[in-house]
Amino acid sequence: MFRMTPNIVRNLVVRKSTRMYPVEVREPFAQVRGELFNDIERCIFCGTCEVKCPSQCIQVDKKACIWTCDPFACVFCGVCVDTCPAKSLYQKTKYRSPTGERIIISQQGQPRKKDKAKDRAGESGTPKGSGEEKADPGGDPAT
Amino acid sequence: MRKTVIPFGPQHPVLPEPIHLKLTVEDERIIEAIPNLGYVHRGLERLADIRDFHQMIQVVERVCGICSVIHALCYCQGIEEIMGVEVPPRARYLRVMWSELHRIQSHLLWLGLFADSFGFESLFMQFWRVREKIMDISEATTGNRVIVSVNVIGGVRRNPDPEQIRWVLAQIDWVEAELQRLEDTMLEDYTVKKRTVGKGVLTRQQAYELGAVGPVLRGSGVAQDARQTGYAAYGELHFEPVVETDGDCYARNKVRFRETLASIDLIRRAIHRLPDGEVRTKIKGIKPPQGETVNRVEQPRGELLYYLKGSGQKTLDRVRIRTPTFANIPPLLVMLPGHFLSDVPVVTLSIDPCISCTER
Amino acid sequence: MREEIMAVSAEALVGEVAKLKVLGYRLVTLSCTELDASNLDILYHFDKDLGLKHLRLTAPKAAAVPSISPVYFAALLVENEIQDFFGLRFEGLVVDYRGTLYLEEEALKTPYCRFSLRSADQREGPAAALDAETNHPNAEKF
Repeated sequence: MFRMTPNIVRNLVVRKSTRMYPVEVREPFAQVRGELFNDIERCIFCGTCEVKCPSQCIQVDKKACIWTCDPFACVFCGVCVDTCPAKSLYQKTKYRSPTGERIIISQQGQPRKKDKAKDRAGESGTPKGSGEEKADPGGDPAT
Repeated sequence: MRKTVIPFGPQHPVLPEPIHLKLTVEDERIIEAIPNLGYVHRGLERLADIRDFHQMIQVVERVCGICSVIHALCYCQGIEEIMGVEVPPRARYLRVMWSELHRIQSHLLWLGLFADSFGFESLFMQFWRVREKIMDISEATTGNRVIVSVNVIGGVRRNPDPEQIRWVLAQIDWVEAELQRLEDTMLEDYTVKKRTVGKGVLTRQQAYELGAVGPVLRGSGVAQDARQTGYAAYGELHFEPVVETDGDCYARNKVRFRETLASIDLIRRAIHRLPDGEVRTKIKGIKPPQGETVNRVEQPRGELLYYLKGSGQKTLDRVRIRTPTFANIPPLLVMLPGHFLSDVPVVTLSIDPCISCTER
Repeated sequence: MREEIMAVSAEALVGEVAKLKVLGYRLVTLSCTELDASNLDILYHFDKDLGLKHLRLTAPKAAAVPSISPVYFAALLVENEIQDFFGLRFEGLVVDYRGTLYLEEEALKTPYCRFSLRSADQREGPAAALDAETNHPNAEKF
């Protein structure tokens, strides 16, 4: 009859399992895929993220160099981050907090000249220029 | 005695999701139940026309909010079979680990909801408290809580380091200890037994012929579990299905409770044998899937079947998903007649209805 | 596919299914795929001791297919589903929703057919008038 009683008694003496949420927030885990951001300085506007995104929340205007994302359509899958050839996309470990109005993230970047890119690559010592040229719009058809 | 037709659902306090049952009752006894679906139909199968076969992983994960890993696993295995991709051993074991974590969290969710269906609120809270730990493991190892998108064609996307694996082991030890504390209440308590024993009886013969799957089938004494086919790494883990013979709500409850403990055990064994190495095969250069396949895996609710057909295009011709609840609704219609109206919530919940799954 | 597939005709279907039932097979499900503008491909999946067996039926959309739900009660939902999504008629269903299991009566269409259009004479009631509308699921990107 009183099989639940030990649990109840125990729950009276042990620590609370819940947190006073908005006041007290648990630290996020290190590998959590949270809100999506674009480091627009590094973006090469190749459009891979636009093609890969399963929820089609990203639009890339290659000519005008505008990266647009609808954060409310993003499903936090992280596919764009995995496939980004310039590694300009990243996710924070915090989830987006709810808001009262809909926003669209739109970022204006600088067009990359090929020679400029090569210069940069030469400066930093990394083969960046080749990476950028390989990042063909539309990605490769096999994947 | 005059017959009355009473609607059960689509909105009902015990139903997490909308299903409508038209119950014909005579006095308080049910004589017929007719289901009506279509309240949450999303047509996800048709999305295969416009999403390519990689993007479909994220789509099929959203078929069911509770067992996303296993949906994606089934889909990926199907595509891998058509494309002839070999999955690295470490990825196969990790897939088992995440599948079993999802099974535990789904069963704990169900055990809580089931306790709630007969009004045992504090037990409900206890199970969900334990479940939260599993969600934490999911979040820490895969990056998201429920819809984890960790499976890809050719392997998995995350590779937990040894420290993380040790942490997972410590966490599931805690979960097991907490569950053992609740075992006595869930399986032996007077009120629980009073509400579940002898309710919604499905005989072995009926369960098999009506195509019941998962705990409903195993609760009726049929030792059938798709994990016995040995997909992913199950073939190397000496998997044994959990079987009960009574076929009533209590037996199904017991199957799920014991399966939760068995899953903890499976995770331990999978981690113990976890090989080193790659977790993802590169599939660049392989042609998009051409051909058809049927793949089955075991979801928390039962056997899940994917029929995939591709014609060498980036988009698949057909993705057909048969979810376990879809197969468990006909047995439910047979279980209900003869019971009191007050038993309908308990019997309905005992099949673990996932209506979004059913309607896709 | 790894498992054996047996082609059946619409006439022989119920007999074959009944034979499988006697042999102790469990009905897993039916899968319907659209082949072209006028044909559908239906796979009947059966399971016995974890082994699968499939029956393949190529059915023209216009003709009705005999229902196997009198043999396997479990086929009732999936046959009604195909009826909803592909507009194929099943004859002798145990419980016939007449295409309204998922769909609303005023919106009877065949959402899973790419080329589809059921001719108006196959439908009754106000739904027939709606038939003239073409079903272009790919028309808009969503």
